[in-house]
Amino acid sequence: MSQELAKQADDKTLFGFWVYILTDCVVFACLFATFAVLRFNTFGGPGAEELFSLPFVFVETMLLLTSSFVCGLAILAARAKNKKQTLILLAVTFVLGLAFVGMEISEFSNLVHEGNSWQRSAFLSSFFTLVGTHGLHITVGLVWILTMGWLIYRRGLERNIIRKLLLFSLFWHFLDIVWIFIFTIVYLLGATL
Amino acid sequence: MNSLVSARRSYIVGYGLSFILTIVAFAAVGMHLSSHHQTPNDQILMMLLVVFAITQLIVQVVFFLHLGKEPKPRLNLMSFLFMILIVVIIAFGSLWIMQNLNYHMLHGTDVDKYIIKNEGIHH
Repeated sequence: MSQELAKQADDKTLFGFWVYILTDCVVFACLFATFAVLRFNTFGGPGAEELFSLPFVFVETMLLLTSSFVCGLAILAARAKNKKQTLILLAVTFVLGLAFVGMEISEFSNLVHEGNSWQRSAFLSSFFTLVGTHGLHITVGLVWILTMGWLIYRRGLERNIIRKLLLFSLFWHFLDIVWIFIFTIVYLLGATL
Repeated sequence: MNSLVSARRSYIVGYGLSFILTIVAFAAVGMHLSSHHQTPNDQILMMLLVVFAITQLIVQVVFFLHLGKEPKPRLNLMSFLFMILIVVIIAFGSLWIMQNLNYHMLHGTDVDKYIIKNEGIHH
């Protein structure tokens, strides 16, 4: 019976977090709409096809996709109560995510150094807002992985810790899904149109 | 234990499909650029990219988030579909409205020529 109650509590928490993720999707939809509207308003400055490098974005995409996949494997390891494997997989997830954020920061700082900051044009304002918001989410996720790793290391794979880990995995997969649309709309369509 | 095996398979299939879809999308753009926007041409490429992105969305939602596998009532699925509806309204609604505004705000003499041509007005 207490098992049943605990499962109900888990389900409620997961659903609550799911609703948060859906509202976050609406936030991103607004930023995407803003970007799509302002895309060609470059105010005489450079457009997407001059600024972005596709091989660079391809590597970023693969890092994030692999990170999302490894995070799923970490959940499986946690459900199998394999503490060591869970920690290793979470560490891999963290490193891949960190590499992604590092690439994004270097891309942003290059743009700013070349004089193409968010103040250059409406297009670049909307670009930095959209991609920056995603990067900020990823950074928050990285901090979350660190705290989860610490919790698992100290307290082991208790039921409520596995639940927290599940919430994190939803968040991480969601960020990868948002990235699909960023690389398609911002970078791929930007390079061609 | 069996559910863990099938869950592992689900992640591997999802990763493989996403991997392929990403490579194909980038390759299509590379081909487009190296052939000076000829093959595939602008319209086909745009449609391809949208199709690849939506397919990968579905792949990741099904294989990574396991949406649709919960027991009834499927509240996660329902709320997800509602979110999609809102997102479509926001994105396409904004584009539609702004395009319409642009159309009516063309500067100077261009606006007359443009509207006369498009609306079929003759003096």
